[in-house]
Amino acid sequence: MRSTIKTVYPYPKKPFALTKSAFFALLIFVLTGAIQSGFAQATEVPKEEEAETHSAKEPNVNEVIFEHVMDSHIWHFFDGHYGTLHLPIIAYSPNRGLEMFSSSNLYNEHHETVAYNGYSLMKNKLLLDGKPVLDLSITKNVMMLFINASLILMVMTSVARAYKRNAGKAPKGIQSFIEPIVLFVKDEIVKPNIGAKYEKYLPYLLTLFFFVLFGNLLGLLPGAANLTGNIAVTVTLAVFTFLITNFSGNKNYWMHILWTPGVPLPIRFIILPVELIGIITKPFALTIRLFAAITAGHIVLLSLLGMTFIYHSWFVGIGSSIVVIFISLIELLVAGIQAYVFTLFTSLYIGMAVEEHGHDH
Amino acid sequence: MEMLTPGSGLLFWQFVVFIGLFLLLAKTAWKPILASLKERETSIQAALDSAEKAKIEMAALKSDNEKVFKEAREERDKILREAREAGSRLHDQAQTDAKKNADKIIEDAKAIINTEKQAALRDVRAQVAQFSLEIAEKLMKKNLSDDKAQQSLVEGFIKDLKLN
Repeated sequence: MRSTIKTVYPYPKKPFALTKSAFFALLIFVLTGAIQSGFAQATEVPKEEEAETHSAKEPNVNEVIFEHVMDSHIWHFFDGHYGTLHLPIIAYSPNRGLEMFSSSNLYNEHHETVAYNGYSLMKNKLLLDGKPVLDLSITKNVMMLFINASLILMVMTSVARAYKRNAGKAPKGIQSFIEPIVLFVKDEIVKPNIGAKYEKYLPYLLTLFFFVLFGNLLGLLPGAANLTGNIAVTVTLAVFTFLITNFSGNKNYWMHILWTPGVPLPIRFIILPVELIGIITKPFALTIRLFAAITAGHIVLLSLLGMTFIYHSWFVGIGSSIVVIFISLIELLVAGIQAYVFTLFTSLYIGMAVEEHGHDH
Repeated sequence: MEMLTPGSGLLFWQFVVFIGLFLLLAKTAWKPILASLKERETSIQAALDSAEKAKIEMAALKSDNEKVFKEAREERDKILREAREAGSRLHDQAQTDAKKNADKIIEDAKAIINTEKQAALRDVRAQVAQFSLEIAEKLMKKNLSDDKAQQSLVEGFIKDLKLN
């Protein structure tokens, strides 16, 4: 009797699935609407205009999306003479040493790449005499990194000052905004996962959390760079976690990897490589998770907005804008969740490495 | 694929900036913030603990007060009871004493009366003997004036003696 009820009414058990499916229904409705009106547009537009539209607008969207998602040596805010910020190029090569010049030298007035002093740009890669060179340029994402780091530093030092000023008093202003987050990271993420020695790792995990959170949120601002959706950033963070985890690994941790207790000998030969690969897959998963979540979010948002320019229809514009508002809200949520998840998994890995008692298998 | 290959410049800067950010934040932000949070946590805990202690002390004080009150009441009752007992004891004592005194007085009086009576009786007896002697004298003086009477009397005496 019970099982029939379960099979007949699965929905009341999952109210979340319902809202989710409703959301996807809306999404599909807007998308189909977009495609239909796009076709309608295509049939209505006269031949010569259609040709112009396709060549001028459609490829542009793809370019705009990838220009936004990828790193660049210029920071493009809007079209026109003053809309682009030319960032400095720093290159190192054994025969020419460290060289620094403005990236405006590598672009002409039509925003096309040109060669300068032997340097040239190929798909955002800096080449010297046609060969790759060590590129330490202040790119768009490096600039964003500086902005992110300075903002965090400014906010946190002002909060720290507030603690000194309001010693023994209730928090106020920005202090009361940051404090719950710090307490959340400390009491909900770090303490339960690392255990008694959590205080040693707290500064790193707090820095990590706020770096990812601020990076994610800043990335959602119009014109901002996709910092935490860049694999160089996420891989560096994951490498820090990897180093901290393995350098703080105690005897139990290494025993568990190299000579898993309570396992028969033949199985050890299977487990050992699995555990060794596991050391690498952990930071790899961290790298890909943050990169994919943030980049995918940006691509979805820009694609939805781009549809308006592909189909240039009011109907699509309004429809995709509504969806973009909701996706943006989800992206705000994702910004927090990804910061949480990155810190959570780092704490988990460190917790596994410093765990004192042996497992009972 | 281009997206999946990390740029060397960004790798370098991210490495440098993140380490710098970590060191600066650890020194200028996390240290004071975490210290203040910890201090507040301990002070809140201390306040809670002392409140709990005060509560326990209050309860102890209350029970102490009640105990003292109870003891005082018991003390009062005891004193009252003792006073009442002492009173009644004194009363009884006074009564017995008075009775004893009275008895003694009566006894004494009786003894005096007795002696007086004895003395009086002795007096009376002496006087009666005196009177008897005087009467006898007078009688004898009157009766033994003649010889005959004296004769008969002596004969009477002798008769008595013989009988004995």
